[in-house]
Amino acid sequence: MSKLTLKTEGDTHLVVTRRFAASPEAVYRAHTDPKLIQKWLLGPEGWTMPVCISETKPGGKIRYEWTNGKGGGFHLTGEYVELVPHSRIVHVERMFLPDRTADNHVETRFDADETGTLMTLRMTLPDEQTRRAMLKTGMERGMEESYARLEGML
Amino acid sequence: MNATVSLDFVFSALADPTRRAILTRLAKGEATVMELAAPFKMTQPAISQHLKALEDAGLVVSRVEGTTRPRRLAKAGVEAMDQWLAMLRKALERNYDRLDEVLATMEQPKKKKGEKQ
Repeated sequence: MSKLTLKTEGDTHLVVTRRFAASPEAVYRAHTDPKLIQKWLLGPEGWTMPVCISETKPGGKIRYEWTNGKGGGFHLTGEYVELVPHSRIVHVERMFLPDRTADNHVETRFDADETGTLMTLRMTLPDEQTRRAMLKTGMERGMEESYARLEGML
Repeated sequence: MNATVSLDFVFSALADPTRRAILTRLAKGEATVMELAAPFKMTQPAISQHLKALEDAGLVVSRVEGTTRPRRLAKAGVEAMDQWLAMLRKALERNYDRLDEVLATMEQPKKKKGEKQ
């Protein structure tokens, strides 16, 4: 399978792509069915997601709770904005660490290709002003990339 | 060993956009809470709370100067961030590797008429 790509697009977007050897229908289901989400959306080794709510309709609730089984944990809440079965998901999410972070707007597309599915995850970074301020600080090139990547991870 | 930064601490400290912005500001040089709070629509206590998380994670250090406590980026901060980033990138890759496995075990979805999902 192809590797993950991660790149910025303009000032406010971050795009992740990944190919999967399965139909868009299957990949879409794995992103929306709580039972399936709980099997893979876990982050670092050792973490699990005991609570997963995914109400797949516009305005439907999203809630993921992760735990490391050692007293550590955090959660995410969100809402679905638009769902086009098997091809497109638009949602908003934010994390609680435990303080609430800014809203992250996410569009996920699933496009059929020769080998299966190309997934494209496009995030609109939460706070344009903050990001602009960050980019203007004249930080060293390496740092800038690091922060851009940081943004993308969440 | 306090030189060892807890990854869990770093993880939650850096996952917040405001905290990352604070670190970016501190990368420019030392700053007081008031200076740090200025660009944000946040109160100083709120900023102080973010700073505490960053200090607990070993990413930011402070010193006392009269009645203020200027903060600066800890030497370990940037390094820890890079480690954290690498860890997160790996985590994301691991997520999708796991998804590969999930997909491999999924049967071809049934084409039920009127299925909403």
